Amino acid sequence: MAEIVLDNVTKRYPDGALAVDKFSMDIADGEFVILVGPSGCGKSTTLNMIAGLEDITEGELRIAGRVVNNKSPKDRDIAMVFQSYALYPHMTVRQNMGFALKLAKTPQATIDEKVNEAARILDLTQHLDRRPANLSGGQRQRVAMGRAIVRDPAVFLMDEPLSNLDAKLRVQTRTEVSRLQRRLGTTMVYVTHDQTEAMTLGDRLAVMRTGLLQQIGSPHELYESPLNLFVAGFIGSPAMNFMAGTLAEGSLQTAIGNLPLTPALRQALERANVGRQVIVGIRPENFEDASLVKPELRGHGVTFHATIEVVESMGSDVFVYFTQESGLSAGVDQLADLAEDSGKADTGASDETVTARLDAATQIREGENAELWADVRTMHVFDPKSGQNLSLETETGTPAAAAT
Amino acid sequence: MAAVTTTPRQKAGWGTANFVVIALAMIPVLWLASLSFKTPAAVLDPSLIPSQWTLGNYSQILKTSQFIRPLINSIGIGLIATLIAVLFASMAAYAVARLRFPGKGVLIGMSLLIAMFPAIALVTPMFNIERSLGLFNTWPGLIIPYVAFGLPLGIYTLSAFFREIPWELEKAAKVDGATPFQAFTKVIAPLAAPGMVTTAILVFMFCWNEFLFAISFTSTIASRTAPASIAYFSGSSQFTVPTGPIAAAAVVITIPIIIFVVFFQRRIVAGLTSGAVKG
Repeated sequence: MAEIVLDNVTKRYPDGALAVDKFSMDIADGEFVILVGPSGCGKSTTLNMIAGLEDITEGELRIAGRVVNNKSPKDRDIAMVFQSYALYPHMTVRQNMGFALKLAKTPQATIDEKVNEAARILDLTQHLDRRPANLSGGQRQRVAMGRAIVRDPAVFLMDEPLSNLDAKLRVQTRTEVSRLQRRLGTTMVYVTHDQTEAMTLGDRLAVMRTGLLQQIGSPHELYESPLNLFVAGFIGSPAMNFMAGTLAEGSLQTAIGNLPLTPALRQALERANVGRQVIVGIRPENFEDASLVKPELRGHGVTFHATIEVVESMGSDVFVYFTQESGLSAGVDQLADLAEDSGKADTGASDETVTARLDAATQIREGENAELWADVRTMHVFDPKSGQNLSLETETGTPAAAAT
Repeated sequence: MAAVTTTPRQKAGWGTANFVVIALAMIPVLWLASLSFKTPAAVLDPSLIPSQWTLGNYSQILKTSQFIRPLINSIGIGLIATLIAVLFASMAAYAVARLRFPGKGVLIGMSLLIAMFPAIALVTPMFNIERSLGLFNTWPGLIIPYVAFGLPLGIYTLSAFFREIPWELEKAAKVDGATPFQAFTKVIAPLAAPGMVTTAILVFMFCWNEFLFAISFTSTIASRTAPASIAYFSGSSQFTVPTGPIAAAAVVITIPIIIFVVFFQRRIVAGLTSGAVKG
């Protein structure tokens, strides 16, 4: 049981590469925190620094009030689950789980008791005398968790523990991890690149990009009020749609028509003084088949026509894809990062494809020139240069503490 | 592999090729074995199977300390040199495989240099050094150069094995509370055991077969090893060549190697196939 404080923690490699830049975060006792971001964003490095597997170049790391910068992993009272599980292949499951206790010279009777208890929780009792090579992927994953929980540590660290499992097992294990954390009440720091995993598991999320902390917040906060383009595009599935917009006389001209601006938003934009060019972000779920929108709601959005290219019916929802001249210049590096992460660059999907999530009752067919409605109350407006979310100021009056 | 079919012609072709290779390798060995069972009078008999079998050659060499004592020297020097070489090679290989430290390139280069250095060029200077240090004609006088030549071999073989071991295992051991030394002895070394056995066999075979140093740095049977001692065999008279005893001694010194390989082969093969951690 311990709180973790990261105070301007920085990691710079000897060759000068900056892996993590001034990461500050307070993690409360018993909190479940997720570090999330695309590969190479520094999330694993941050976790390794908390674990003591990598040195901290600058800044201070405190666990339970003690500065542990120069403490070796064994003196930090932490347990870690690795992506590859890192089970010792020459030991049985029982020996694997008891290894840490044995190194700590715990009496054998206590080791047996704790291992049996952990095995019972994780449903591994009948596998205790097998070796990792004879276990399935899910069982190995549970052994790795068991190895961590027998030690009853102050902090659990998890480095993408589910990424080697197949999709179905991953969802199942995700729930188990969540249940386990609630049950044990131990502070947990969890690293993943999967935003769905992050959203479903964490009390709070810390989104990282190129070594910089972008935003910290609950899943709801990150979804509703992303601080910048990157967070907006990273959180949420399918991702937010971005298009270029031009400010003109109280409205915003975009490819899907003139979007009205609320007075507050207009004020915020004027105050930000970003010029006429902005980026507009609308989530797929803020679109609807215009024929299904209640008349009293219509006024809150705009209707437009688009030629539907692909329709994907998921049963509960229908996803439709259409192309709009987004007019986005390629110079926005946050968008480039997002495209790279989502694999858009590899699949050749253009930035101009807009995804909309419609009610299952929609009659829209592929190839049809359909009338769609977009809710502008929830749209976000971003500064194309800095990527800052300009529409946030309208809600709070003051910009939320920018992490960047 | 299931779909691979071989025509009878291919089979015959491979069979012939295999036969030629095996025959090339085995004929000298068989010939040596056959010589060792022949009587001195039949040594020049060209037939492979001795017309008259005798164990006389064996009893002759095993009766005198001229061969028994060098055999003991060989075993002792070989085992000690192997033990030291594997011990140091495993630590050095671990460093080479895992750590980044200044001078790593130089270390690897030096060990490669030693491995490739022509031994004959070292004999004269080393002879003088050993004489002035009082190591000439002693066990350490052979153990030290054998360790020096066994180390590069060991470092190369073992660092390949260490590189195969996932680094995360070591991290896991550290988080579990192991000191770096404990992580090495309790996690890394047991996993590299097949590699260490393989290396030990290679180094031991090198020490066992080595002839040049053995004949140069020894003068009596106090430290002379078995291969060198064969050169000092004498016939029953000044004019007889001791062909039979030489053949018998050659067969005797081959036996430990065969036992080694047969005994550890299973272990070596197992070492090459195990180690999968991820699922």
